[in-house]
Amino acid sequence: MAHAHSVKRYKGLMDWLTTVDHKKIAILYLLSGGLFFAIGGFEAILIRLQLIKPMNDMLEAQTFNELITMHGTTMIFLGVMPIVFALMNAIIPLQIGARDVAFPFLNSLGFWTFLFGGILLNLSWVMGGAPDAGWTSYTPLSSTMYSPSHGVDFYTVGLQIAGLGTLIGGLNFLATIITMRAPGMSYMRMPMFTWASFVTSAMILFAFPAITVGLVLLTFDRVLGANFFNVDGGGNPVLWQHIFWIFGHPEVYILILPAFGIISEVIPTFARKRLFGYSSMVFATILIAFLGFMVWAHHMFTTGLGPVANALFSISTMLIAVPTGIKIFNWLFTMWGGQVKFNTANLFAVGFIPTFTMGGVTGVMLASAPADFQFHDTYFVVAHFHYVIVGGMVFGLLSGLHYWWPKMFGRVLNETLGKWTFWTFAIGFHMTFFVQHFLGLMGMQRRVFTYLPNQGFDTMNLVSTVGAFLMGVGIIFFTINIIKSFMQPKGCANDPWEDGRTLEWTIPSPPPEYNFKQIPLVRGLDAYWKEKAAGNTEMTPAEPIGPIHMPSPTIIPFVMSVGIFIAGLGLMFSGEEFSSSFMSFIFNNWIVCGLGLLITFGSMLMRSLFDDHGWHIEPEEFEEEGYKHG
Amino acid sequence: MANVHTEHGNGQLPQYPEKATLEGRNKILAFWLFLGGEAVLFGTLFATFLTLRNQTNEGPTAAELFSLPLTAAATFILLVSSLTSVFAIQALHRHKVKELITWLIVTVLLGIGFLALEIYEFYEYMHLENFGMTTSAFSSAFYTLVGFHGAHVAFGVLWIGVLIGQLYKKGLTVVTAPKIYVSAMYWHFIDVVWVFIFTVVYLLGKVG
Repeated sequence: MAHAHSVKRYKGLMDWLTTVDHKKIAILYLLSGGLFFAIGGFEAILIRLQLIKPMNDMLEAQTFNELITMHGTTMIFLGVMPIVFALMNAIIPLQIGARDVAFPFLNSLGFWTFLFGGILLNLSWVMGGAPDAGWTSYTPLSSTMYSPSHGVDFYTVGLQIAGLGTLIGGLNFLATIITMRAPGMSYMRMPMFTWASFVTSAMILFAFPAITVGLVLLTFDRVLGANFFNVDGGGNPVLWQHIFWIFGHPEVYILILPAFGIISEVIPTFARKRLFGYSSMVFATILIAFLGFMVWAHHMFTTGLGPVANALFSISTMLIAVPTGIKIFNWLFTMWGGQVKFNTANLFAVGFIPTFTMGGVTGVMLASAPADFQFHDTYFVVAHFHYVIVGGMVFGLLSGLHYWWPKMFGRVLNETLGKWTFWTFAIGFHMTFFVQHFLGLMGMQRRVFTYLPNQGFDTMNLVSTVGAFLMGVGIIFFTINIIKSFMQPKGCANDPWEDGRTLEWTIPSPPPEYNFKQIPLVRGLDAYWKEKAAGNTEMTPAEPIGPIHMPSPTIIPFVMSVGIFIAGLGLMFSGEEFSSSFMSFIFNNWIVCGLGLLITFGSMLMRSLFDDHGWHIEPEEFEEEGYKHG
Repeated sequence: MANVHTEHGNGQLPQYPEKATLEGRNKILAFWLFLGGEAVLFGTLFATFLTLRNQTNEGPTAAELFSLPLTAAATFILLVSSLTSVFAIQALHRHKVKELITWLIVTVLLGIGFLALEIYEFYEYMHLENFGMTTSAFSSAFYTLVGFHGAHVAFGVLWIGVLIGQLYKKGLTVVTAPKIYVSAMYWHFIDVVWVFIFTVVYLLGKVG
């Protein structure tokens, strides 16, 4: 049965460029997501420094516009989403008892397209100016008339490529969770993080194509002179708003649902109790996703859609508070009567609950259309979405990173440093954003690069800036903690928290290449906990020991992404007048764009023509691979 | 994953070779999901077109521009190509490789025929009617929606063409069968999209 297909195994850099192992791709996502997160954080610090006092002239208005645009875009698309994908990649196959994702090749492709899209977007800083029309890039502000530089082109093309990667990733996780679950793991036995990722992936699949089209239309307007949003030619700028938010609102649930999933794993583990209301949790997740697709116009109350549309979208938005409330109470009831252990992972999870609830409450306030006419485009909105995205999403991610760090890297993070991280970050967070509610209510507009003194804004802006620095200190503590963790030897226990409930804690930390020597048999929700309760130390295997089939490493996804990257640059600069006639020739005749597409489609062809038979790990190799028994 | 290499086992191809391996089943499932995403993509393009279809900016209108006999012929060609694609899959299930290849070639030829008509149509609009991408919001929406579909047909033609070559070289196996199957799913999908384009763009355009 075992065929000795010879396969080239790479070392060093080539190993990372060619890997199709979900655990390594997770680390790649984490590294690049962390890098973009740092860039976005640095942009935030610059924004807050500019606003530290009235009439500050540290930054020019143009630079400020670029910074707010890139801060939002970077944090959402290139910072937190990849970190979510890092955790999904690292954990989901382990939680469902699989050896890899359904499509290891596509997994790699998704990562590289995301990375090259992100690089393209950030190249704008050194190639003639970053996008400056806000992360929503509303037309006509983003049209060539008001944004004549290539900034917005970097936005449209960069996001297009990065979005493609996200779409591929979402599709892959959907297929993985549907088909790769271990025997006995029915849908209603899946861990909550897997459920949340499953629903998130479905949302990605149905939301991202909308922004794909939106970005294509804006690119066509800007590069080919089309008239979609150009009123002169009969276009309609409100169309952009609709398309953007039909994607954009589901996108915020795409961000928050995985955080819900993480919290639903961490709280039961450290309360030593089964998650309260598991099935209502699943139901609430699906309901949030469903409702999330029919609330987009609440971002457009002041656009003038009329009272009927505003009322409908107002009500549908408020409805979302119901399933979200179910979740909040379920977490509280999980802790109720549990033996709660407050380590860093759990501090972030418990800290998440009140913080996110505050963001939810302001969300319901904003959902009220008449009140929104007052709140719209003020710092109240800024405070709201940072409470849900930072206080929700980022708290969730930090909780998840502390929780799963031992599984991903075989090393436990230091608790003292972790607690410093939590308290500085949490206090800094509330200092930064709590005051912004009041700034907004007092009338401070968002996206302004400075403000006049003596309006009562000065002190609160100062507090906000100090808070931002404190959050930065928290992230520095976290970074030190990471560096320290890598200075200790690998090899913590399979289940370092000792209360692990799910399958990822039954295998070594970090897991061997093939994850499970034998695919486990799942006998209930919280499969590992169930075995522990029955007095077993390990899972019952569902298959005999045998050779394990593995996919081959491949460079093709990397090359394909390079091709798309080149094609994107070629498209953006197709109308540019270069000083060198050679450059003009190759760009204006679409040669660069065509070459990029040729590389991409050529690689696709190679992938189709040459079958990947993969290779096998023989049972004798298990020990060498570091699989410890018991 | 022990059943990956069943084709080496007894040399017998299972009746549904496209679903014989986990890889094959995953591919088909994921392709259904992908088509769900594609439906949203075209849905957004249709919504854009419906919003802008009367914004002619003093350029040609739909009623002036479209010629129903031409698009009806294109529709007929594409619908027939869907039928021949079904014949191809039936041949696949009967393990008749020659027949399969023949029907795939017919499908590809019909796809090329459709593309030729579309290119001719676009050429006519651009050069004889002065109806280009930049003419009006209607023209932008028209070229983008119909062009996206045309690009999908062109990709399908190339894709199925490559698969025909693989069938010649590798024969029908549990590796090639899922590829043929999902390409047929794709082909039917772009056919369905065209039915909507014919209705929403051309028929609705003619009646105003």
